[in-house]
Amino acid sequence: MLCYLTTPKHMGFYWSFLTVLLLLGITAPCALGFGFVGATAARSKILLFSLFGRAYISIVRGVPDIAFFMFFVIALDQFLEWSRHKIFCPDWSEPIRQGNDFVVCQAAKLPLSSAPQWIHETYGFALAVFTFAIVFGAFSANVLFGAMRAVPYAQQETAYAYGMTSSQVFWRITVPQMWVYALPGLGNLWMVLIKATPLLFLLGVEDIVYWARELGGSKTARFTDYPHPDWRMWYFLALLVFYLMFTKVSEVVLDRLMKRLTHGQATAAGEAQRRAEV
Amino acid sequence: MSCWDIIADYGLRSIGIGERLLPRNEFTLCHQFTLIGSGMIWNIYFGVLALLSGFFFATFLALGKMSTNPIFRRSAEWTIFIFRGSPLFIQFFFAYFLFLSLKQSFPVFGPFTSAWIGALVVLFLNTSAYTGEIFYGALQSIPKSDIEAADAYGLTGWKRFRRITWPTMLRLAWPAYTNEAIFLFHATTLVFFSGFPTTRQRGDALYYANYFADKTFNPFVPYPILAGYFIVLTLIVIGLYGLVNKRLNRHLPTSDRGKITLRMNIIR
Repeated sequence: MLCYLTTPKHMGFYWSFLTVLLLLGITAPCALGFGFVGATAARSKILLFSLFGRAYISIVRGVPDIAFFMFFVIALDQFLEWSRHKIFCPDWSEPIRQGNDFVVCQAAKLPLSSAPQWIHETYGFALAVFTFAIVFGAFSANVLFGAMRAVPYAQQETAYAYGMTSSQVFWRITVPQMWVYALPGLGNLWMVLIKATPLLFLLGVEDIVYWARELGGSKTARFTDYPHPDWRMWYFLALLVFYLMFTKVSEVVLDRLMKRLTHGQATAAGEAQRRAEV
Repeated sequence: MSCWDIIADYGLRSIGIGERLLPRNEFTLCHQFTLIGSGMIWNIYFGVLALLSGFFFATFLALGKMSTNPIFRRSAEWTIFIFRGSPLFIQFFFAYFLFLSLKQSFPVFGPFTSAWIGALVVLFLNTSAYTGEIFYGALQSIPKSDIEAADAYGLTGWKRFRRITWPTMLRLAWPAYTNEAIFLFHATTLVFFSGFPTTRQRGDALYYANYFADKTFNPFVPYPILAGYFIVLTLIVIGLYGLVNKRLNRHLPTSDRGKITLRMNIIR
């Protein structure tokens, strides 16, 4: 049994858990950054920025997210290849879209067809991360937009009365105070992000879903030392348990964080904490 | 071939009526609109049935979670935690393989390995858990005075539940429940990408959109069409739920009525 669980393929399976954690680790800050830009744009006084920010927030919410995932990966890939095509092969005369084909010159292929395997994998992974960041950026933009508006207006008025410019008010008053209001929403988003990670499978990354299907499928004695019938059910049960535990741990951590952040804040929860201490 | 012919050929393709083969080399806008629209039949089928059945089970789950009996409470809490705490995608996979292995020992489970019922069971349980949590929150925030007034009028037991508790719970939960309904419809697009096979290419809207994107290598047409269909569906859901919301709130002064606002809870 121990031998079975430590075959090289199983090692690949365990590494793929790290892939998932890596994805979470990279995507979460990127999405937060995108969200911050989106929310700031939506609040902007310049109409163009404001429209752009609002459109970004609202489009993503009306459409099933996995449609977005599938769309963005191809669209990004084509956009990159198209721009490289324009740069590297300026004297290419044939159209790029030939009927149902998308043709770019050899030098513009991404990744280059001569590149080693790991570059292909990294490129696929990077595309996936970027897609996740765009989609979740829109969600977090929505949360941050609400949080910025939830900061009591009197605070900003006071700052203006002290003669701060609007960018000073934004950076010194609104941004530091908005996090308490944003945290419940962002925490919720984190849970949602965890639950979105299996969709990596659809983007062609060799993640845990891929390995669970691969390893669980029935094996005959001809191809492996450990023949077994169809065990995919058990592999997916393991994944289910992994996700449940991950959610539970995050819940506990977020609860603690919220407790710390509300300490001393003029909100209902902060007030309750103060009462309890007295 | 005019567009009407295409609609006649492919309009009901997703449920197996009409042309047998999917278009191979001509992918006009009309083809894409018709086939993706035909796939929406499945999304609506899954969404509507799961919502209708899930609504009742969710009430039970919410009451179970409120119950003082530890057996009921524990089992309701665990059901809700398991289905809300894990990705729907994994749930689909697990259920599919579970049904596959059950089928070998009990042939009764044969039909469950196909999407039309197997995925529906998963969606039903999933939406029940999410809705159950919403209803539980609403049950907890029923004004104490409402219950006290009911007691004063001598309403008890089933009658009190039927006339006071349940309508108030629905009224409080309705805005959040609307969001749940919207995202359930979005979640139906996962069905055919998660183990459940399509028989004879009868898939849902995303399945066909993906088909076109693969064939034409041009994602910029089918996916926006899909997005358009889903935005329309979302608007219809909001409209219908808004009507119910109006009825649930009809006894309140206009200023106190709960507004339906889109909030997110998007991927499961």
